[in-house]
Amino acid sequence: MYDIKALYEAESLDHAVRLLQEHPSAQILAGGSDVLVQVREGRRAGVELVSIYMLDELRGVSIDEEENIRIGSLTSFSHITNDPIIQKYINVLGEAVDMVGGPQIRAIGTIGGNTCNGVTSADSASTLMAWDAVMEVTGPEGVRRVPIKDWYIKAKVVDLRPAEIQTAILIPKESYEGCFGHYIKYSMRNALDIATTGCSVNVRLSEDKKTFDRVRIGYGVAAPVPVRAYTAEEFIQGKEITDENIKEFAETVLKDINPRDSWRAGRALRRHISVVMAERALRESISLAGGVVNG
Amino acid sequence: MSKEILGQAVTRLDARDKAMGRIKYTDDLCDKGALVIRVLHSTVANGIVKKIDTSEAEKIPGVVRVFTCFDIKEKHYFPTAGHPWSTDPHHQDIADRLVMTDRPLFYGDDIGAVVAEDEVAAAQAIRVLEKSVEYEELPFVLDAQEAMKEGAPLLHEDFPNNVLTHTEIHMGSVEEAIKEPGLTKVEGWYHTQPVQHCHIENFICYAYGEGDRTVVVSSTQIPHIARRVIGQALGMDWGKFRVIKPYVGGGFGNKQDVLYEPLCAWISIQMGGRLVKLDVPREETFICNRIRHEIKYHITSWMRPDGSFAARTMKAWVNNGAYSSHGHAIAAKGLNAFPQLYPCDNIDGETWTVYTNRSVAGAMRGYGMPQASYAFECHAEDCARAMKMDPLEFRRKNLMPVGYYHAFSKNELYSDTFNQCFDKGAEIIGYYDKVKEYANQTGDIRRGIAVSTYWYNTAVYPIALETSSCRIVMNQDGSVQFQLGETEIGQGADTVAAQMISDTLGIPLDMVHPVSCQDTDVTPFGTGVYASRGTYTLGFSIKQTALLLKQKVLEAANQFTRMPVYNLDIVDGNIIRTTDGRKLMTIGELALEKLYTTEGSQHLTAESTYQIRSNAYSFGCCFAEVEVDIPMCRVRLLNIVNVHDCGQVINPMLASGQIHGGQSMGIGYALSEKLLWDAKTGKPLNNNLLDYKMSSFMDHPRLVADFVENYEPTSAYGTKGLGEPPVCPVAPAIRNAIGQATGLYINELPLSPHTLFREFTDAGLINDSFAE
Repeated sequence: MYDIKALYEAESLDHAVRLLQEHPSAQILAGGSDVLVQVREGRRAGVELVSIYMLDELRGVSIDEEENIRIGSLTSFSHITNDPIIQKYINVLGEAVDMVGGPQIRAIGTIGGNTCNGVTSADSASTLMAWDAVMEVTGPEGVRRVPIKDWYIKAKVVDLRPAEIQTAILIPKESYEGCFGHYIKYSMRNALDIATTGCSVNVRLSEDKKTFDRVRIGYGVAAPVPVRAYTAEEFIQGKEITDENIKEFAETVLKDINPRDSWRAGRALRRHISVVMAERALRESISLAGGVVNG
Repeated sequence: MSKEILGQAVTRLDARDKAMGRIKYTDDLCDKGALVIRVLHSTVANGIVKKIDTSEAEKIPGVVRVFTCFDIKEKHYFPTAGHPWSTDPHHQDIADRLVMTDRPLFYGDDIGAVVAEDEVAAAQAIRVLEKSVEYEELPFVLDAQEAMKEGAPLLHEDFPNNVLTHTEIHMGSVEEAIKEPGLTKVEGWYHTQPVQHCHIENFICYAYGEGDRTVVVSSTQIPHIARRVIGQALGMDWGKFRVIKPYVGGGFGNKQDVLYEPLCAWISIQMGGRLVKLDVPREETFICNRIRHEIKYHITSWMRPDGSFAARTMKAWVNNGAYSSHGHAIAAKGLNAFPQLYPCDNIDGETWTVYTNRSVAGAMRGYGMPQASYAFECHAEDCARAMKMDPLEFRRKNLMPVGYYHAFSKNELYSDTFNQCFDKGAEIIGYYDKVKEYANQTGDIRRGIAVSTYWYNTAVYPIALETSSCRIVMNQDGSVQFQLGETEIGQGADTVAAQMISDTLGIPLDMVHPVSCQDTDVTPFGTGVYASRGTYTLGFSIKQTALLLKQKVLEAANQFTRMPVYNLDIVDGNIIRTTDGRKLMTIGELALEKLYTTEGSQHLTAESTYQIRSNAYSFGCCFAEVEVDIPMCRVRLLNIVNVHDCGQVINPMLASGQIHGGQSMGIGYALSEKLLWDAKTGKPLNNNLLDYKMSSFMDHPRLVADFVENYEPTSAYGTKGLGEPPVCPVAPAIRNAIGQATGLYINELPLSPHTLFREFTDAGLINDSFAE
């Protein structure tokens, strides 16, 4: 039994926006795998909910006319993992969301919910960060796009204005073409867990596969919100694929991350693991891209 | 047929109904019109409740009543442990609980209760009430050794220095023995953490009035004991209560304490016998039920050059939490095991059970032995290394020898169990090749393999009463129902009991039906299931009762066959003339005739009690193979093999299930699980299934279980305990394997990334240049 004051079921996107305007304190309900847990814990007891879960137009993965990969915000984690477009162009995202919770959560949980709750540990977030995703938001004033680097305002707060709904996540062609990536989730058990820290790396190699054309690296739980390690990225751009460069890249991430110290995990452990993950995720990405270290 | 049914992996009798969702657990049985109870828990770790303002909570729609500790007019202190009662006051459990208290001793203690029409209203009231309690806060202590110091907050006036009990053992003279020249001394501290059972079905009960009595339906391992404790807690005659135990979704010892049945019954009585249900949320199950004791062991051994022990000492500090629960029994079990597992002429041992302002520790699968095994088997490994001996050979040399007799318990090691289990396990996992292969590794990722054993016995004789009762009733078609005091709690007790009855009575298994749910009005007296006693103890009363019934059946058969009883037998559901093997009639024909005959109609039934005055060693071992990713501070368990000698295996599938479950619990204990409290407030930090890292399916390798079957001579069916032993050797085996891989033998649980990061950093195994 859940302490819910009211549940409004949206019949269309316009209707959802109107419901949110009519009930300004209402919480959007998608898969419910976060919201209902919070209601049960009492954190959102007595909540008003606007459910968008029946809006099938917000589901599915496609390539749009601008050649962006377009992921509807209600697309479930298990759908993303099994989607052929994702597998072809950004397989790492499918792998990352396959590490969320357990099979039941992955069947109900949505990528929109995973990025709108503003949580730094979200398994999709570091990969979307590292692939320069763009959030499509629909509200009373129409549609706007927010680059993911501007999306996270602070812990648990994202750039969603009143009555706005995230409707899709876009990966621009420039961001995915020729890129290969790898995600490492570091958690205390191999399923049903939240990341202690997580790291997603992707690379685009030079044509001869000797140098890094572009490397991007995103982290979860390395700061209050998902972050990029730009200093490390800048360091390695154009450099040769050598052990030395990889190691320096990995240690350089410490300049941009700021993990917290808590009873869940110490700051020192998270910093240490962040460096190890950077090196390993980079090596795996190089390998996926057909590169050879010290080749 | 008798050879066939015992030892057969028959499908458990309740499997189909469980798979189809037809089994009724406590919550399924409760009428949906029940009022729901939520307990108001203390939000201070030690204090006095000065006042609880209930007025706001009472205004919430749906709230029916709010009770507080101040509503308890007669204080009946009661013991909660599910031990058999003793009429000797010196052997009784400590009575230190009230159904609600104004003197909370831990964060989560029970200080009030809300009764509401639904869970939402109850939860709303609890949130309001938590802000309406005025406390006088007192200093608190969370650590056992701190609690023993002068000036530490005192929890119970009758127990100076918070010591519940302190006991010692002395054999020979350690002082003299260590004067022997050429001894090698090894000593170590071994520290185990508090964990929780995490059975799937949380504790739940409901109560209602019927006539002048109160019926309590409860998810318990111990219905008859629960009835006694409810009577004690309410200061009423025990017969005023009827306790019914439906199917149970796991207990692991947590449900061997009487948890909330007394409060639920008390509230029902206060409300004129209204049906009230108390369904404990998971968060409260973690901290307001029972947990496993945190124990710090210190062990010292002096070894001769040949690797034998000259003298040994142990000390153990056992953190019992705020109330007695099972008292000193857990500590005593470890102390008792110490001189038995590795016998030595000169031994000093002592142990303290200590009150602290933490959640109450009680029975949990293994009853102190996972902790003791961790200490003993880490230490054995350390001794072997100090003597440069192979750890397995060191154990073979020093473990309890065949023929060992323990005078107090009268236990005897009849077979070469340890070596047989080691041989079988080593063969399955490839121990000898791998131990060589993994020696002297370098690099980031390394593998290790190791073995551990443990001490265990089966039941509680001679410490406490052992009694088992059985009733078997025959139907017109020759099929039977049976009832036992030993409860089915998921372990498969009903199925092995049915196999035994089928064997002794000589009728097919599909004619044997358990009455699975115990009801103290109907079920013959029994103390339930705990220790690892079920299959052992129920065997005695089953065999005795089945033989009684068989005798009655054969006497009845004499009436219809004219053959003497001594020339008759029951085989495969038929009355057989033993002289020529001829089938004279079926058991169904006989039962029908006997019930409906106009000359001497008789209802064929038998019932009896057997008091068990024996116990049995139950030993085995665990081999673990790990891969340690040093930079990632992570352990991957590659293989785990447990081999146990539980005597004759009645049902290999169910017995393997016991081992798999124990291995799973052991893996979490070794690698990830630990309950945490905030040092500043005494508040629990991770009392939920996300933050508490119980191991998952994905953290397990294939769980391999095997057996050595040495028929137990004291037992009715050759069996001995298996419920608890499999969890005991897992954590030390994993610790020792990590040691082989890395050279670091870590004396603390769990061996989680937090622990490994610290240890690897200290040892220089990982680069600490990132430290700030």
